[in-house]
This record gives sequence, structure tokens and C-alpha cells, in this order.
Amino acid sequence: MSTKKPAHSELAKAPTGISGLDDITYGGLPQGRPTLVSGGPGSGKTLLGVSFLVEGAQRYDEPGVLLTFEENVDELAQDVRSLGYDLHKLCEEKKLLVDYIHVDRAEIEETGEYDLEGLFVRLDHAIQQIGAKRVMLDTIETLFGGLKDTGILRAELRRLFRWLRDRKMTTIVTAERGEQQFTRQGLEEYISDAVISLDHRVHEQISTRRIRVVKYRGSTHGTNEYPFLIDRGGITVLPVTSLLLEHEATSERVPSGLPALDEMLGGKGFYRASTVLMSGTAGTGKTTLAAHFVAAACARGEKCLYFLFEESPQQMLRNMRSAGVDLQPWVDKGLLQFHADRPSRHGLETHLLEMHHTVEVFEPDVVVMDPVTNLLAVGTSSDVRSMLTRVIDFLKTRGITAMFTSLTTPTQTVEHTETMISSLMDTWILVTAETSGTRRKRNLFVLKSRGMPHSDDVREFRFTSRGISLLPLGKAPARKRRRTQ
Amino acid sequence: MTPPTDNFALRLYVAGQTPKAARAFANLRRICDEHLAGRYSIEVIDLIENPALGRGDQILALPTLVRRLPTPIKKIIGDLSNTERVLVGLDLRPRRAGV
Repeated sequence: MSTKKPAHSELAKAPTGISGLDDITYGGLPQGRPTLVSGGPGSGKTLLGVSFLVEGAQRYDEPGVLLTFEENVDELAQDVRSLGYDLHKLCEEKKLLVDYIHVDRAEIEETGEYDLEGLFVRLDHAIQQIGAKRVMLDTIETLFGGLKDTGILRAELRRLFRWLRDRKMTTIVTAERGEQQFTRQGLEEYISDAVISLDHRVHEQISTRRIRVVKYRGSTHGTNEYPFLIDRGGITVLPVTSLLLEHEATSERVPSGLPALDEMLGGKGFYRASTVLMSGTAGTGKTTLAAHFVAAACARGEKCLYFLFEESPQQMLRNMRSAGVDLQPWVDKGLLQFHADRPSRHGLETHLLEMHHTVEVFEPDVVVMDPVTNLLAVGTSSDVRSMLTRVIDFLKTRGITAMFTSLTTPTQTVEHTETMISSLMDTWILVTAETSGTRRKRNLFVLKSRGMPHSDDVREFRFTSRGISLLPLGKAPARKRRRTQ
Repeated sequence: MTPPTDNFALRLYVAGQTPKAARAFANLRRICDEHLAGRYSIEVIDLIENPALGRGDQILALPTLVRRLPTPIKKIIGDLSNTERVLVGLDLRPRRAGV
């Protein structure tokens, strides 16, 4: 079965309302069935489950019951307040019911046969009180610490999950990850509908939360590990769109900021919502070319977000001013925003999430990442490629035109360096410099540009007091050859 | 007259008239008559009829016997078929190693 395409299966799903999670599960959790959420301490299991209940109550008119064995309602309310959730209010509105079950082995003596009917009665009562459609059990394995007879306990848990299925409760069962299995007590044996695994890893002082749908019976699902973030906006799983290639291809064009370059690009510039790679060795003028593009966009009243991975915004502004492209007015007008960050400060996933957030807040029309190659310092080429794929998907879905600069080293053949990322790019412009006599000569050419006829000319350009200027083609007869990719 | 502190206020939680519930009640009566004659009271709570009452005493397993008085609260779960353990659970007999 292909996992690339969404399956239009008959399986009913209950949306979690968690941004991104519903995308990788193609709609949510199996409706009316239990899902196991497993993870280590602090991996976000409880927050995920509570989000599922709160979103269900607020957005999908599905009240929820939270049976907690670990924290009382006040403690839980405190924990999720930072996500913007008000548990007390939801409880008052009868959209949520929290029942805290405290089990203390020290005060319980066991003698003879028993069952967990008391738990069933309480759960049933809670479900009926608010007409619940969703249930969360957090963390039911705690019972193994409270009761000695594990034989009875296992039989009763098996019965409980069957009981929840019979009542068509969409349920999240959280569990602590075990040594060799997803749960310490092997609960996955009883819950075979769906298993989600959460992880919180720290690698080289960089921490990343990840989520993976391990199993989803009867449904396709994204099988990768996806990073997720817990912050004021709740839980966000990234990517939101990487499974689908559904962004619309617009035929609208955006000028590059240099009429002569537009001329090389079918006379009109780039496509809107396309990706542009500017690559070249140091000091060839990549950033200046990007600055022209940004200035032109701002002049049209569009908003630009500029990610700097090497320089500070002040340094970049000063350099561009001296190169004849003054970006300061656009910063002052609020049309241009810089976001400078050392790549080594975070892991790639965190960079990805930060970009995601910055873009969502600023809502730019144009995004520049300069230089994208600096991200290689934090990850392998394939990691960077994977991250860029997600960034690009995200930007394209939002109709944002993206420009990436790429620094190549003179020792490498130019085209080899970016093999990893170039296939993600719609337009690829190469900038080169060579020493000719006593002068350094700069050239640029369009290596590829999807979906448009583009020039094959290598054009020399110079820095002038007003930025970059492409020299007219030489006396030699201009090559007319054009091609379409 | 027995001082009130010596009185055992016991609550037996059950869910419906199950054989387990009946056994637990019979066992409890027998143990109380033998060891607490004249100084105990038993209240039977059927959670099927009063589901909300399970919350107060944190009832999970059934049957559960709760010793409300004397304090501290003690809980014994099961059909109370092991008299020795019930007596230990009610603090009527010291806990021995291995029990």
C-alpha cells in the first residue's frame, strides 16, 4: 500500500484539532476506538491527550472525560494553562469532566476475588453526565503499581478497552515507554487500532520533540518521525503539508528586481510561489541579487521576511547600502523584517519550527534564506534537504516566493555542491567570478528555470552605485537559442 | 457502653447483586460478628444505584470494604475470603512478615 497518497478509506476519524497531526493521520484518530500514545517522561503525552479532549470539546462538539491517575484537576489545569487551555471553564460548561483516581498501594489490602467494576461504573457515570464522545486515560499503567494481582488487572484492562470500543468512545490511552516495547506493561497487545510514539531527544545540546504514527489499522499514515513543538499555540506537528504535492501552480510572475535578469527569465521574472536558488562562491554578489529582489517586492507593497544565517541585520543593511541597494526604508515601513540566527544555535528542526512560526506571524509574500548552505553546519546534507523540502512545501502552500542563496567553495565544481538541494528549486541562477587581466569579472547565468523559456546567455555584471547592472551582450552575435524545460 | 472511638464504621461498596458481592457481605458479617460483636456498623453502597458515591472513597476495585472509623481510612478489596488478611487490613491483627 502506498503511503504517498491519502486513502479515501471508509474508516471514520475523529480530528484531534492538533495542527499537523491530523495531516499525518489523514484526518485524525480512529473514531470510536482507542489509540495508544506512548513516550518517555516529559515527552508530551499528557499535553497531547488533553489537547485532543479540549479541541474536541471546543471545536468538534465532542465532550470528553479525562480519567487521570497521576494529577488532580488543579495540577492538570496548571500544566495546560500555558497552552491557552482553561480546563476549569470547560468543566463548568460540562464539556469536560476530570476524574482523578488516586491509588495508594499502602492503604489497600487485597483479599480474594475482585474486579475493576468500580472504575467502569465511574467512567460510565462520567460519560453519561456530559454525553462524552472522547475519553483519555492518563496513565492507566499506574494501576500496576497500586494493585498486586496483575492477572486480574490485565483481564480487566482488556475488558475496559473492549468496553470503550462498544461505547464508541474515541480514546487516548497514554503509557510510559518500556524497555523493549511501547509500554511498560505491554498494553499495545490490547490496543491494536493505532499507536503513536512521542520522543524527546537531546542531541549535541539541541533538544527536539518528535512524533511518529507507529501503527494505524485500516488507514494510511505518514510513517516518518515528525518534529513537534509545544508552546502558547498548543501543539504543532510539522510538517503540515509535506505528504501532499497539492499546492496550486500559479502563472503569476514576480520581477527579480533587475529588468535585465527578468529578460533572461522569459521576459517576466520568476513565478510567484516558486523557489529560486542563487549560488556562487564568496563575494560574487548573491546577497546583492537577493537584495534587489527584496527591494523590488517591497516597492510593490509586498512583505518580505529575510532569514540571515551569517550576518546581523545591521551589517547586511550597511553592506547593501554601500552596494547601492538601500533596504532601510522598507524596514522602517514594516515591509521588510529580518530574522538573524546562528545556525549552530539550534537543531534543524527548531530552525524549521521557528521559521514556520515567524512566517505565520508576519505573513510575508517573499522569503529569503541567506545563506542556506550555513545550515549544513548543523546537519548532514540529507537532513538539510529534508528540512528544506518541508520549508518549501510550507512556503508554496502559502503562495510565498522563496529565494535561497548558496555559498559554494571554489574547489568544488559549482554544480556538484548543491545537487542535494537544487532539485527542490524551480529556478537556479549561478553567479561566478573569474580574474580577467587586472579585473575581476562577474558573470551570471540561468542554469534552469522550470516552466518558462529562459536565456542560455552568460551575462557579465558589475556593481554600480545603484546596485548590480548587467552589461549588454557583447559584440558577438547574441545567441538566440532558448529552451523550455 | 463502648466508647465511640472503638466503633467500627464500615462501608462495603458493590455493584449490583453479584455472587462476589454476596460472598463479600457474608464474609464481612461473619468476621464482624466474631471479632467486633456489638461495635460495628455496615453500610452497603451499590454503585449501580449511586455511581457518584464511588468518587469520594476513590473506589476502583469491587467489592471494596472501607473502614471509615476508626481513622485512618483503610481499604480492603476482594471478596474478603481470607479472614486473616481482612483482620490485618482492619488493624485488628498486626501485619506479619510474609502476609
